[in-house]
Amino acid sequence: MAEITAAERVALARHAGRPGTADYISALFTDFFECKGDRQCREDPAILGGVALYKGHPVTVIGHRKGKSLQENMACNFGMPGPEGYRKAQRLMRQAQKFRRPVITFVDTPGAYPGLEAEARGQGEAIASTLSLMSALDVPVITVVTGEGGSGGALALAVANRVLMLENAVYSVLSPEGFASILWKDSSRAGEAAEIMKLTARDLVALGAADEVIPEPQGGAHENPQAVFVAVDRALSYALDRVVREGDFAQRRYEKFRGMGTPRSRKEGL
Amino acid sequence: MRDSFRQRRERMIQLKTRREGKETDIPRKHIAKAVFGKCPDCGAMVPKTELARTLYVCPKCGYHHPVGAYLRLSMLLDSKSFRELDEKLTAPNALKFPGYDEKLQAARKATGLTEGVVTARGKIDGRMAVFAVLDSRFFMGSMGVALGEKVTRAVEYADRAGLPLIIFSASGGARMQEGILSLMQMAKTSAALERFGAHGGLYISVLTHPTTGGVTASFASLGDVTLAEPGALIGFAGPRVIEQTIGQKLPEGFQRSEYLEEHGFVDQIVPRSQMKETLSLLLRLHEKRGEDHG
Ligand SMILES: [Zn+2]
Repeated sequence: MAEITAAERVALARHAGRPGTADYISALFTDFFECKGDRQCREDPAILGGVALYKGHPVTVIGHRKGKSLQENMACNFGMPGPEGYRKAQRLMRQAQKFRRPVITFVDTPGAYPGLEAEARGQGEAIASTLSLMSALDVPVITVVTGEGGSGGALALAVANRVLMLENAVYSVLSPEGFASILWKDSSRAGEAAEIMKLTARDLVALGAADEVIPEPQGGAHENPQAVFVAVDRALSYALDRVVREGDFAQRRYEKFRGMGTPRSRKEGL
Repeated sequence: MRDSFRQRRERMIQLKTRREGKETDIPRKHIAKAVFGKCPDCGAMVPKTELARTLYVCPKCGYHHPVGAYLRLSMLLDSKSFRELDEKLTAPNALKFPGYDEKLQAARKATGLTEGVVTARGKIDGRMAVFAVLDSRFFMGSMGVALGEKVTRAVEYADRAGLPLIIFSASGGARMQEGILSLMQMAKTSAALERFGAHGGLYISVLTHPTTGGVTASFASLGDVTLAEPGALIGFAGPRVIEQTIGQKLPEGFQRSEYLEEHGFVDQIVPRSQMKETLSLLLRLHEKRGEDHG
């Protein structure tokens, strides 16, 4: 079997039939109770969150939601949250801290929405304050990058003790299209950009930005969602056990991100 | 295997901190690099000597020229109080991004900087603080590993020393050539500031033209007090991207300092001529009682 190119993985990560956060919640968790709204002005469906049981224990689940039909896609703004979505996530994270339950996040977004109202309501501030809050949570935090990890809008849900990535998921500083258009003033060279950006799951593990690759069925996650749920469940449960066993959640998470790109992270990665 | 060991050792050497021992004046050769002619806003031709007197603010229209990091510090710090931190810190080309090393060399040669931020310790009206000043001449002040690391170390330095922290942001966002590692600097700097804050540290964030992308979505937005220079472009997404996304023209003044103040994201807009006294006031208001900051 020929190696899948980075550009092909980008296409798989964006595949319309790919399982999303809602699918993982119904497959892996029971008794899900959705919590809506940022308590300030709006409910942002681009982020789905709530409380559920994972293997019988309460957890807080938060993830990007793209929606399945065109109508859902529109309602969820294609998984591009506004500041209200991140503020809702913060609210749920604070509750997780309060009730001492782990936080599990699913990342799948082209990025935070670049819109007029999003800017007016402080998209930058919303992401920044989510990052700082998440970095200090004294409960276990596990992230699964299931599809597209687009820039700061993805990272805002991914300051985790363990960051797991599906084999064909991608995670990058900006989209290959954006990258190509800045670098070569030509967004049609996105495929080329994908190859040099080092955005695949394996690239990220090598760079210390992700911890583990979760294998996908041949042809991609949409070919056999059941198999993917089993694989994600196994990896998630293992990661959660490990993080719980290690303890010292905030400190370990701090050290992990403190070392990003510096010799400390290299040591950790070995 | 041997190769990777060698690479790691190189990284260690490159990232090794070198702290200057002495407090000095800011080296003149750095400051002298920042010079302008025509005002991009009103087109006025202003002699350089006059611009220096007005702190590089156009005397005709009030346009605040972007200024380099050393020049900025020279406008703020008491004489002989400057001590640079991590002056030589650089990061390796971790992605082996084609042409990046050459571009870095060229930027270093053109600006006299090693990276897009200068971090230092210094005094304002006798009160010591830690500074990180981004310089938009160097890769648009974009945040890569070295910039993120220097900012983080400045935060940690302030934390250890119990000093206030003042960051002047000016950035186009993430350093594309460093890929995901540049993105991770957002989490790193934000986490360090969270800790600093939990220990009672004062952080004053000053937003200057332009502050966008990953810097806006991390340390620039996390100040206890947030100031902005007049007319600065400040936002998460750039105006061009927003226009393309929403398919309409953006209103006049959108994402400018005044707009941010109106929407509740800035405490005060402070003209450059009043920046030093404003920072001095804030340092005085937050001075820890019974502590010697002399
Ligand atoms: Zn002018």
